[in-house]
Amino acid sequence: MDRPEAKLEIRDLTVRYADGTESLQRFSLDIYANQINVLFGPSGGGKSTLLRTLNRLNDLANVEKQSGSIQLDGEEILSPDCDVIQLRRRLSIVFARPVPLPMSIYDNVVYGLRLAGVRDKATLDATVKRALVQAVLWDEVGDRLTESAYALSGGQQQRLCLARSLALRPEVIMLDEPTSGLDPISTLKVEQTLRELKEAYTVILVPHSVQQAARMADWAAFFLQGELVEWDTGHRIFTNPSERRTEEYITGRFG
Amino acid sequence: MRASRQVSQRIAFGLISLAALVVVIPIFYIIGYIVVQSAGAVSWTFLSEMPRDGMKAGGVLPAIVGTLLLTLGTAIIAVPIGVGGAIYLSEYAKDTWVTRAIRIAIINLAGIPSVVYGLFGLGLFVIFLNFGTSILAGSLTLGIMTLPVIISTSEEALRAVPQSFRLVSNSLGGTRWQTIRRVVLPQALPGIITGIILGIERAAGETAPILFTAAAFFLPRLPASLFDQTMALPYHLYVISTQVPGMPISIQYGTALVLLLFVLSMNLLATLIRRHYRKQRVW
Repeated sequence: MDRPEAKLEIRDLTVRYADGTESLQRFSLDIYANQINVLFGPSGGGKSTLLRTLNRLNDLANVEKQSGSIQLDGEEILSPDCDVIQLRRRLSIVFARPVPLPMSIYDNVVYGLRLAGVRDKATLDATVKRALVQAVLWDEVGDRLTESAYALSGGQQQRLCLARSLALRPEVIMLDEPTSGLDPISTLKVEQTLRELKEAYTVILVPHSVQQAARMADWAAFFLQGELVEWDTGHRIFTNPSERRTEEYITGRFG
Repeated sequence: MRASRQVSQRIAFGLISLAALVVVIPIFYIIGYIVVQSAGAVSWTFLSEMPRDGMKAGGVLPAIVGTLLLTLGTAIIAVPIGVGGAIYLSEYAKDTWVTRAIRIAIINLAGIPSVVYGLFGLGLFVIFLNFGTSILAGSLTLGIMTLPVIISTSEEALRAVPQSFRLVSNSLGGTRWQTIRRVVLPQALPGIITGIILGIERAAGETAPILFTAAAFFLPRLPASLFDQTMALPYHLYVISTQVPGMPISIQYGTALVLLLFVLSMNLLATLIRRHYRKQRVW
């Protein structure tokens, strides 16, 4: 089968934290453009580490060793010359627990734009509407944008965080268990949103369950203790995996 | 069995209540005693007039003005350095031996007796830098004395802001300084302001640090420049209570009452600010 265009090429990536926790060992993987790329496996496998290395958020953590290469459209991310601030606008992350900033819904959505120096009211207004529509939240909050983001329910907060990332028009949107705290209806909405988003964005999803992984994956990578066990189309991984460990995990033998 | 448990419960409750009462009694007693002894000495003329007849009559205006100026000077010196230092320690500093040395220095700075600060101010500001006995030298001395309080309370307030806010701001392309200015500082501000007021309030009531650096026994006029000496409420109180024979009691206690009201009103302000913002806080 033809492989789609690679957005990110990860080669021999090794990351180890100073306290010896969750790390990656000589890790290689491609992330495909305009696909939902699912990273799954038991916790401690290195999924979150990978996400935080991709947009260099790990710079702020206590990383002891980092080597290898990550290329975004052929550009090296891990090089010291990389503009990290710009990189984080291109690869945006949504965390497991929604963290609205202590300000209004509107100010949350435009936060990243304002940091980038955008002042024009019309641009900001238009972005708020577009991002909230994309995150399927506009109908619920469009008429109360000045309210505190903390007035929203958990599911709404998570979609707000998604909108906040989308406002920056990133190229890659990374989601670390975005539905782990949500009810099934909110989860469905977020999943539906992600399927629509992949038309314009590259999506990397760390799902909160194997079921979600199977539902969502165009491509799936199975992580086990810092190692990439298997990586293939979602269809193959969840119907006919080639590794025994993958099969045991998705059938619930361990994990 | 049950009876003895109830007895011990009652005894414990009694002792704890007594302890709480013991804390409260002196406060009311002191305030009450000062109010009674001042016997209505505090009036508008007392607040707005110069002292007369060897300070045995008239008001305490120059001491009030002096204390206000010293408090303001202390704030101007201690707030930027203190808050800046706290931001550095909480947001920038890595855990190295330098940082640890700074922390130890701050803790020790807080433990130095105020009279030692006074002597230090005399040596450095009054004599070596040749500022003379002046508002400037007194403010600098009080400012340094206040620094550890402002740094530690501000740092605590900054650290209380959830780490997740910083992570989110960084992930959206925020630089460290943007993150501090737009998220961390606004959230920590109520705590910082409270710390500033409490630190400066302590400085306002101090006598020893200004004894050698700023305070005048008696001045017939208000200070005109930073390099002038000044009268100040705490020192004035000391002077009229111990150095002037035949001083009317009511003027001594009137002065004490003015100082007390000044400090207590700052305390009240800090409490109100804290309460106001705590209600608005979402995390």
